Amino acid sequence: MEKNLIVTASPHIVDRSSTRRLMRNVIIALLPCVVASAWIFGLRALLVEAVAVFACVAFEYLYCYLMKKPIPVGDLSAVVTGLILAMNVPVTLPLWMVVLGSFVAIVITKQLFGGLGFNLANPALMGRLVLFGSFTGAMTNWTFPRTISGTDALAGATPLVAGQTDPLPVLDLFLGVHGGVLGETCALAILLGFIWLVATRTISPAIPLAYVGTVAVLALVFVGPSHVMLHVLGGGLLFGAVFMATDYVTSPFTLKGKIVFGIGLGIITWAIRYWGNMAEGVSYAILLMNLLVPYINDLTRQKPLGGAKKK
Amino acid sequence: MLKKLSRAALGAAVPHEKGTAHMATVQIPLPDKIVLCMQQHIGAPAVPVVKKGDHVDVGTLVGKAGGFVSADIHSGVSGTVTGIETVRYVTGRNVQAVVIQPDGQQTLDASVKPPVVEDYAGFIKAVQNCGLVGLGGAGFPTAVKLSPKDVSAIDTLVINGAECEPYLTADNREFLECADTVAEGIRAVMKYLEIPRCLIGIERNKPEAMDRMFTVFQSEPNVTVVPLPSRYPQGAEKVLIEKTTGREVPRGGLPSDVGVIVMNVTTVSTLGKYLRTGMPLVTKRLTVEGDAVAKPANVEAIIGTPLRHILDFCGTKAEPAKVVTGGPMMGTAQLSLDFPVLKQNNGLLVLSEKAAHLPAVQPCIRCGRCISACPMGLSPVEIAGAYNRGDVEALDAMMVDLCMACGTCSFVCPAKRPVAQTMALAKDTLKRKGGKK
Repeated sequence: MEKNLIVTASPHIVDRSSTRRLMRNVIIALLPCVVASAWIFGLRALLVEAVAVFACVAFEYLYCYLMKKPIPVGDLSAVVTGLILAMNVPVTLPLWMVVLGSFVAIVITKQLFGGLGFNLANPALMGRLVLFGSFTGAMTNWTFPRTISGTDALAGATPLVAGQTDPLPVLDLFLGVHGGVLGETCALAILLGFIWLVATRTISPAIPLAYVGTVAVLALVFVGPSHVMLHVLGGGLLFGAVFMATDYVTSPFTLKGKIVFGIGLGIITWAIRYWGNMAEGVSYAILLMNLLVPYINDLTRQKPLGGAKKK
Repeated sequence: MLKKLSRAALGAAVPHEKGTAHMATVQIPLPDKIVLCMQQHIGAPAVPVVKKGDHVDVGTLVGKAGGFVSADIHSGVSGTVTGIETVRYVTGRNVQAVVIQPDGQQTLDASVKPPVVEDYAGFIKAVQNCGLVGLGGAGFPTAVKLSPKDVSAIDTLVINGAECEPYLTADNREFLECADTVAEGIRAVMKYLEIPRCLIGIERNKPEAMDRMFTVFQSEPNVTVVPLPSRYPQGAEKVLIEKTTGREVPRGGLPSDVGVIVMNVTTVSTLGKYLRTGMPLVTKRLTVEGDAVAKPANVEAIIGTPLRHILDFCGTKAEPAKVVTGGPMMGTAQLSLDFPVLKQNNGLLVLSEKAAHLPAVQPCIRCGRCISACPMGLSPVEIAGAYNRGDVEALDAMMVDLCMACGTCSFVCPAKRPVAQTMALAKDTLKRKGGKK
């Protein structure tokens, strides 16, 4: 008697993509930022990153263990969250705060809403915002590396605050040798990551391009050409646009939706930076737009073949 | 670019695996028995017109079309009817089947002679007598397809030679080995239906087939070969029509609503053969492939041959764990190797235990790949959401009824979710509960 045959619905083959592979691509894309953060802010940057990754993975494991859910750590998504969270804090942040941020990100923002795929907001972003709201002093305690051009202009703020009257040299902005959180300062590293993500088709370039483009245009219109590079390179815009606004779970599905999302992000970011009383608006812009994603999806759904002429 | 904004419809870069493309068709020896299922087409089952003990010849009618949307079924062997049995399909449905024991003589039935066709009505009659159905996989009775409400409104015949399924090369072989009957079939359909132009869609991964058609129709400017990108699923009917003519078949409509009739290349060639010889559809070329097959091949099998007989001919190099008729994207996994070849089968895929198991299902990460890949421009992840919450209105608004089960969404899903299966369930839900349409 031969064995029973396996019967399943078609298709009988699938491609080689996997959640783990996508997350691994994001981790690879973040490596230039990791290297840059250690170069710019010193080796403690690596410690902060290691603690955040470890804490996120541990919280995910513990939560799922206690709730008797399958352990999803193998999909690497908690590693990505930890890395991105670490990139959003200054190098001086006490480690227990890093652990607290990880808790907010993994347990409150992600797992309590149902785990991977069900969170409404970007977990790392929520971690950052809770830390920022709770420990504003520690979260804005910048260290200042020496600038390439030799100037020692910055005392007390990121380029976005200090540079409004006297912008930093573009080379310094591009290499990221100025005050800020770990991952946001080095535009070169972020661009390398962006190229990797687009080349491996992990993300569509639509959101970052629409977002950064909108901010650049608004900066040009409202303050003029001298401040465009400052606004594009000086704050958390590039990092947020490439690594946080493109989170699958909390961004729209279609190309049209992604463009709308990016433009919306640009407008809100600009509104906060220019008219608001905060220097930085990237985090809140992403959070607000995250919450609008279901509506954007509804309004930007693609038109089926033959669906236009409904009978 | 603007078109991309309203519908990505990227399809999928499936592996081609067309290793049998250069393998000429081989005849397999007569099986011990053939099992002719009375349901080898969409529509009403055929009705057996023979009984146990009857003698049949090659080409003898054994099943008469059971209605307008149905098709005749003929014997591919000469021999004795040993009984009318019941065969269980994988869907759970039981179907009558005429079982014939071949006598090895392969004597021809007296009815097998070239048909005399003078007009459109006679042509449709000939198509019926051929027992022809859509051989690309769907099995829709060809005579019905060639009888649209308004024949004069049809201005384009599209020949489907895309063969976009991985592994399958049976249609490619039809182009290469039977170019003359392909051409005769096309000319006959164009003549009797008075269709002014014909477009032959072939994927670019079949350059020889394209060459052959260019050559055959060199002096016929109204027949054009349209190269298609090698990206799954170019051969899906509505996608093919859009790619070749730029027309969109409306929701709930048929190709004839936009003046098009689509025929698979093997279907049209079989028609050409019938008009030449009068031999109805009794054999079928199948690509036998898969990691459990020792010697992959294109075989010509008599319809009704048990799959096991074909696999014995090609040999196995691993224990068969999954047996699929058709291609890996849309083919049907069969319950048993005892199941017979049906008219619309074009491939036999035999997979080992290792290849048969798909990766474990993980949570959806809402990456939207199913949305950008769907050739029909549907939104599978959102349709799955509506299905899970039982929102029939949303299923209707998102037009899940347009889903043709091509499997592209499941193929590209990084979380390895059975998206296409959920789409099928959602489509069924809309059909049962969708009231107002």
